Amino acid sequence: MSADAPALAVSDLELVYRVRGVDRRVLRGVTFEIERGRSYGLVGESGCGKSTAALGIVRFLPRNGRISGGAISVAGRDVLALGSRELREYHARTVSMVYQNPGSALNPSLKVGTQIAEAFTVLGASRDEASDRSREALVRVQIADPGSVLGRYPHQLSGGMQQRVVIAMALAKDPALLILDEPTTGLDATVEAEVLDLVTQLQAELDTAVLFISHNLGVISKMCGRVGVLYAGRLVEEGPVDEVLRDPRHPYTVGLLRCIPRGGVRKDHGRLDTIPGFLPSLGADIAGCVYADRCALADERCRVDEPPLETVGARHASRCWHHDRARDLPRAEAADLELPKVDRVSTPLAELHGLTKVFQQRGQDVPALVDVSAAIWPGETLGLVGESGSGKTTLARTLLGIVAPTAGTAHLDGRELPVRYQKRSREELRALQIVFQNPDSALNRRHSVRRILLRSLRKLAGVGGADAEARMQDLAGRVRLTERTLTQKPVQLSGGLKQRVAIARAFAGEPKLVVCDEPTSALDVSVQAAILNLLVELQAEKRVAYLFISHDLGVVRYISDRIAVLYLGRLQELGPADVVFDGPHHPYTEALLSAVPTIDGGGRDRIKLEGDVPSAASPPSGCVFHTRCPRKVGAICEEQEPPLVEVEPEHHMRCHIPIEELRRLQAIA
Amino acid sequence: MSDVVLDADSGTPLRETRAARGERLRLLLRSPTVLIGTLVLAFWVFCAIFPGVAPYNPIFDNQFPTSAPPEWGHPFGTDTNGRDIFSRVLAGSRSILVIAPAATLLATVLGTALGLLTGYFRGIVDDGVSRLVDAVLSLPLIVAAILIVTAVGSTDQWVVILTIGLVFAPVISRTIRAAVLAETELEYVEAARLRGERSLYIMFSEILPNVFPLVVVEFTVRLGYAIFTVATLTFIGFGVQPPSPDWAAQINQYWTLIDPYWWMTLFPALAIASLVIAANLVSDGVREVYER
Repeated sequence: MSADAPALAVSDLELVYRVRGVDRRVLRGVTFEIERGRSYGLVGESGCGKSTAALGIVRFLPRNGRISGGAISVAGRDVLALGSRELREYHARTVSMVYQNPGSALNPSLKVGTQIAEAFTVLGASRDEASDRSREALVRVQIADPGSVLGRYPHQLSGGMQQRVVIAMALAKDPALLILDEPTTGLDATVEAEVLDLVTQLQAELDTAVLFISHNLGVISKMCGRVGVLYAGRLVEEGPVDEVLRDPRHPYTVGLLRCIPRGGVRKDHGRLDTIPGFLPSLGADIAGCVYADRCALADERCRVDEPPLETVGARHASRCWHHDRARDLPRAEAADLELPKVDRVSTPLAELHGLTKVFQQRGQDVPALVDVSAAIWPGETLGLVGESGSGKTTLARTLLGIVAPTAGTAHLDGRELPVRYQKRSREELRALQIVFQNPDSALNRRHSVRRILLRSLRKLAGVGGADAEARMQDLAGRVRLTERTLTQKPVQLSGGLKQRVAIARAFAGEPKLVVCDEPTSALDVSVQAAILNLLVELQAEKRVAYLFISHDLGVVRYISDRIAVLYLGRLQELGPADVVFDGPHHPYTEALLSAVPTIDGGGRDRIKLEGDVPSAASPPSGCVFHTRCPRKVGAICEEQEPPLVEVEPEHHMRCHIPIEELRRLQAIA
Repeated sequence: MSDVVLDADSGTPLRETRAARGERLRLLLRSPTVLIGTLVLAFWVFCAIFPGVAPYNPIFDNQFPTSAPPEWGHPFGTDTNGRDIFSRVLAGSRSILVIAPAATLLATVLGTALGLLTGYFRGIVDDGVSRLVDAVLSLPLIVAAILIVTAVGSTDQWVVILTIGLVFAPVISRTIRAAVLAETELEYVEAARLRGERSLYIMFSEILPNVFPLVVVEFTVRLGYAIFTVATLTFIGFGVQPPSPDWAAQINQYWTLIDPYWWMTLFPALAIASLVIAANLVSDGVREVYER
């Protein structure tokens, strides 16, 4: 091991997967380097080869995967030349990997302590020594009570705690290289922020090099010094993070940055940019630039000659013939829309009065919703935000009649809705529809798209025969499904197309209110932008209202007219989107907003939320947020639950701190 | 690990499912055990359809010297009625190849319906039916079958088919129920409810197609057991009766003479074994391919 060798050097890495007897190129000559103690981000949409690159580096490829060319060296050692014993040694001492889902990275049937100790005994520690060092490892990842955590099973820990445990194990060996593959994707923004802070801090302490894989440019910008943008297995742009994000020189990077709703952009400001077309199929033969098919700047030369990786700045390179014009990439703007005017004087479309839902869990009352009242008017979007477990989904399911409320009512067009969907009329079912988060499980995988849509038209719109056929064509056209798609089954479609089918299904009966439960969180950003555009278009056209649930605040802000913030089943804040986002806002909202890593960087200091969300079974006294509130004023917060009051016109908040005081405090921060 | 490949592919429209189906069949026939099983099954089915392949009449008495051991002219020997056992074995596949698949089919249909009902409705329906299923399963299936057949007291083939169908259905319903439970958690079921579909539609049109591969697997697995059970029942005197050349009926007729006339029992017994083993070889292959 030479002292000055980079922590990781990948050069001209070629990797293939053998599918149905044919080798398909997944990585096409990828080259990058990570210096000791530095962090490097790898971004790109799913299928670009990010995770494959990581698997190649640790040599954990699936059986049909093979490195067909190039070189990888970690801390000066040639990884590809390692024999099976050396490879074990390499895994045990040199490199660590943290995966997206900590729940499945931990063994569910072994106590946390046993699992961490294993990481040390592999390195030759005795049993006692290993248990001592496990304790230290947990302290290192800022787990306050290591003794009790060691004795617990993984499922008894929250997602954030699990990920800390995994990180503790990964760092047990002081690795030369730590690979984090979407380590925070499944976590809430507040937990994500904590985990990211932790990684930053540990990295500084341990001088470990980090390869950070993420689809989230905000996270990359926060965590990494340098970034590489992967597309179809090609590194298309590489450079210092702030420079790449500020001055992107590859049309793909430009496109990625443009399709993210950020900087307070809203649906009435304009449409989101999208990246047209699809990723080339796995291992396709591409003569010219890998991105040419989807690039608005592409010309004859791009399709024939592959551009070299050209230096465009200090240690900043782009693989584009037109890198100097990349920023002028024409925008794929759709026609301007006239959004419905929302008239909040008339009767609301849907009203919730004192909605309460208490689940029974092992004889214990677990309140998931507590006295939630809200209204949605025709043509508007009510955004619903809050950490997981805040009751967002329960609220939506109660409105839809899937869950019966313990108390309270829901009204539609001024009439009380039957509690359960079974008792609702066709009219009422038709009026309330839902688009689910995961289109894979939301569409019947054995039914063709045509069948799915025809059936919905039949049941919801009451049309059959030739009429239905015509209506289906119309419906499919409106969500931009092609004729070919109609005959296919969901497995044959990409995630974005599947979600379009799900949207078409919800719109079959001309609904009045569509619940969108994280409809884009399973999708890539470019696809997300297209789906959001579609939803906004449909809203403009049909005056449909949305109840939009999302943990992505940028997305919520883009699409919502008003926002409701839930915490432990209680409405904490409700108001127009701009007011809720720009403040003064509820301390919880403030913390949520500050937890989101932004691409634009800078901005406010993050407000740290201490600890996990308390258990809904035994919520804190007084204001339920007082245990984590950074602006807690005193005993009153612990003793009295503040009422939800209208602090400004149309802006409701549940906080003991007067609005003017909040305004002053938040202006300072 | 194969999901990595799928992940990498998810950005693009996937290939046709027809190709996948072709691939499945190819995989199935590539395995030598499945191939052998299929050939044996095909042979017996052929014999059942064309009884003319038997060189001599399998039923008429006294065509040959009685109780002759195997020799060139009669490779399996002759029986006490002077019939060629080789001809009788070839002709004897017919009844078992009708009764066993019919019974299995009945069991699969019943079991699938039960599994859908209990898995979909849960609650009282599930509790009630599941206790009943437990009760049936607490007895060895063969004992349960014998009890029912004896109680009915008829030796008609239909009784055997119905009995085996009833006795096997609970086992199948259990497997199907577990799969249905998992399916009902998926949002497409919720979406169907929210557009006002009836429960029967959701069970049979939405969920059933998704558990169908499992139904196929169950059918092939149970077929082997059914063949065995039919043979057992016939052996103890229910179902087909002599002078039918049915294998189990032959064993029933001659097993007391096994010493010294071993050939009268051995060859029909081997035939039954070959059929059960062939069915199991095929079912193993099917299961592997579907559950991959």
